[in-house]
Amino acid sequence: MSALTGTTRLARLVLRRDRIRLAIWIIGTPLLGYALAGSVAGIYPDQEARLGYATTSASSLVARAFNGPIHGTDLGAVVVAETYVTLALIVALLSTFAVTRHTRQNEETGRAELLGANVVGRYAPLTAALLVIVAANALAAALLALALVGAGLSLAGSLAAAAAIGGVGVAFTAIAAVTAQLSVTARGANALAAATVGLSFVLRAAGDVLGEQSADGTRVRSAWPSWISPLGWGNQVRAFDGERWWVLALPVALLLAGVALAYALAERRDLGAGLIAPRRGPASGAPRLLSPAGLAWRTQRGTLLGWAVGVAALGLPMGVAADEFNDMIDANPAAAEAINAMGGGDDLINAYLTAMLGLFALTIGAYVVQALLRVRGDEADGVLEAALATAVSRTRWLGTQVLAATLGAIVLLLLAGVTTGLGYGIVTGDPLGQAVELGGAALLRLPALLVIAGVVTAIFGLLPRWSVVLSWTALLVFLLLGQLGAVLELPQAALNVSPYTHVPAVPAVDPAALPLLVLAAVAAALLAVGVAAFRHRDVPS
Amino acid sequence: MPVISIGNLVKTFGAIRALDGLDLRVEQGEVHGFLGPNGSGKSTTIRILLGLLRRDSGDAQVLGADPWRDAVRLHRRLAYVPGDVNLWPNLTGGEAIDLLGKLRGGLDRQRRDELLHRFDLDPTRRCRTYSKGNRQKVAIVAAFASNVELYVLDEPTSGLDPLMEAVFQDEVRRVKQAGATVLLSSHVLAEVEALCDRVSIIREGRTVESGTLTELRHLTRTAVTVETARPVTGLDALPGVHDVHEVDGRTHLEVEPTHLDALLGQLIRFGVRALTSTPPTLEQLFLRHYGDDPAAAATGASAAAAATGASANAAATGASAAGGSGASAAEVSDADAPADAPRGGVR
Ligand SMILES: Nc1ncnc2c1ncn2[C@@H]1O[C@H](COP(=O)(O)OP(=O)(O)OP(=O)(O)O)[C@@H](O)[C@H]1O
Ligand SMILES: [Mg+2]
Repeated sequence: MSALTGTTRLARLVLRRDRIRLAIWIIGTPLLGYALAGSVAGIYPDQEARLGYATTSASSLVARAFNGPIHGTDLGAVVVAETYVTLALIVALLSTFAVTRHTRQNEETGRAELLGANVVGRYAPLTAALLVIVAANALAAALLALALVGAGLSLAGSLAAAAAIGGVGVAFTAIAAVTAQLSVTARGANALAAATVGLSFVLRAAGDVLGEQSADGTRVRSAWPSWISPLGWGNQVRAFDGERWWVLALPVALLLAGVALAYALAERRDLGAGLIAPRRGPASGAPRLLSPAGLAWRTQRGTLLGWAVGVAALGLPMGVAADEFNDMIDANPAAAEAINAMGGGDDLINAYLTAMLGLFALTIGAYVVQALLRVRGDEADGVLEAALATAVSRTRWLGTQVLAATLGAIVLLLLAGVTTGLGYGIVTGDPLGQAVELGGAALLRLPALLVIAGVVTAIFGLLPRWSVVLSWTALLVFLLLGQLGAVLELPQAALNVSPYTHVPAVPAVDPAALPLLVLAAVAAALLAVGVAAFRHRDVPS
Repeated sequence: MPVISIGNLVKTFGAIRALDGLDLRVEQGEVHGFLGPNGSGKSTTIRILLGLLRRDSGDAQVLGADPWRDAVRLHRRLAYVPGDVNLWPNLTGGEAIDLLGKLRGGLDRQRRDELLHRFDLDPTRRCRTYSKGNRQKVAIVAAFASNVELYVLDEPTSGLDPLMEAVFQDEVRRVKQAGATVLLSSHVLAEVEALCDRVSIIREGRTVESGTLTELRHLTRTAVTVETARPVTGLDALPGVHDVHEVDGRTHLEVEPTHLDALLGQLIRFGVRALTSTPPTLEQLFLRHYGDDPAAAATGASAAAAATGASANAAATGASAAGGSGASAAEVSDADAPADAPRGGVR
């Protein structure tokens, strides 16, 4: 029996299990690309507008950090600048989660063992997963290229841009293949891979910020850190600006190297084991562990710490960059309008800070979803059954989880506001004052996060089996409404669906109590529904 | 007052009717075996008794309270070992035991340490790294380290080695001695035989039999082998006698316990030289109930009423067979027992 025996059958199993996810991925990303390209074309219809956009983007460190380097004034180049980071992050995370799901998660749940006992080679499960996921990336990229051509962009550029996005997916497929070998848990493997995505983002941002502006002012030549970031490679393809096709060899090379490394690691470890040997722990439970709250803290603290580090690491540079924002605005009325749409108000620095806090609030929404979905994970694993067979009521159990997630969200919001304020204050000479002010402003986002907690809790109570899918979908919808609603010119009624729409744009405008109270009331209602439904349903179900 | 009383319990999962009018009564202080084929509804019943699942209809009372409405209050008075033990992967075994114990309302420290020792469980390892048997032990230790009135154990020893099985049985006897009640779902018949005062057998969500093991034995045919001076005749006419056949001058047959007396009366007339009577093994008993033959189940049910009358008689047969097992079993086992097991089972 060869090490690859059974790969085809396993690949079919992967396809069968993920047929809906894959379809959404493969059709969804091109559709999103098409919609975005269309609306960017509407906002920057002529050469003049695009020239302004390109020069501002090239000179603005903020734009370089968040949108990547601009390459010329072609409509396609503007589309890439506006959409590349979003699409690249989406495919990077989709690829990562898919790899983990079909490798480490199978081992963790024991499914792999069941399969491994059949006629299945040692490398077959990993190979099957990689085949399907690389193929999905390729197919999605091909459709994206068609979509971009359909939106009126040039053929070569569209191919290059789509291949660049596909390349990002392929690169992170390789990275996830390796992290799946390292960590014992699927959660850990995903966290490692997601941390790599974050690191790639930071490296790319640093490389693009440190890069040079071309003589004509419409291009950026990135510095070396962008070249060691798989997220940065896509930009270096320079779609719509004299495409450098050879750069696409980088993700392919990473794929080959990653697969080789993953095979080598798989060879050296046992099924179900990681490379880091498990450590022993205390023989008895410390008193502070022995309650639902103690347990929640124990199981959440690692995640919270990771988030805290990430938030603080983003907050400081975002704050520092705020000062430099004025220059960018002067040069580009269109961008000013866009930022205004995100933040509102007249003072553009405050609008910028508002937009950044809004971004943080969206991101921290992901923390809330992740933290609360643990209850569902526990239920699916059977742990919840053991816990609820003790003298702990369902209300107390679920309430504790909601409280823990809320406290975590408060900590992260404060940290986001304070670090952004510190960064901005250091530049303007008032670190303490800004930290306090922005910390307070960030906390005003809490009601929106409570609504998210309410949504997840209600889904968990009413449709437990759909918790994971529906919760993340809800957050994604809120995110897309917030990030792209303005660009896509969606009607206000649609935007109102997102709780983030209703958060007063502080510090750009003065805080208003009413919307916050309404959000809090909606959150309370959703939480009440969720808890009541949970109290009346079967566990596990 | 019974510790557990269930009447006409129904539970459906969508189109699946997991429990279909189940009855169960567990008296104070007894160890009650809860048996049935895979998927017959044992775990579902237990989860209803714990207030985890909501019943569709029927009555369920645990320690005099409604398990759904009074779940939290009841849980202080009972301990549960789930059929499929899953624990917090990043907690150590010791931490998980203490956590479960504390959430239940506290545990006996000293007994906890003693149990860890007896079950040979390393409490410093993360739950993720435990084998199935060791995860099972964590739940067992957490349960038996609590002083409660009722222990609900869902296949607690699946995955335990024979040594640990013995320790487990000691623990069940200890809590029984202390006056606690135990509901034990199990597929390990030796364990059931060793521990249970009474058993209930369920099938497809319904109780098919309930009683002491001795009572249940009477519902199943006894295998008889007899060697006589003259060829036996007239057996086919006797009620309750089945499967008569002759091999090498010995007559083999099966008889319903209620008709044993009449059979002996008939046999004696042909000059009995040797006679072995083998009461049904536990396996035969269960195979009959677990199997797919509804006729066999019906015979069992009709015989149940009559069984009590002949109980003294049949009990004596059981006892003599058990007492003389050293001598007679050798004779029986080589020829009859292996062949009988499937026969008795299918019928
Ligand atoms: N959550 C559920 N959803 C749908 N069907 C279920 C659910 N839980 C149990 N069932 C079904 O109910 C029936 C009874 O299952 P249960 O787990 O109670 O059986 P059991 O007697 O414990 O079996 P085993 O001996 O294998 O543990 C089975 O047909 C099972 O498939
Ligand atoms: Mg079961």
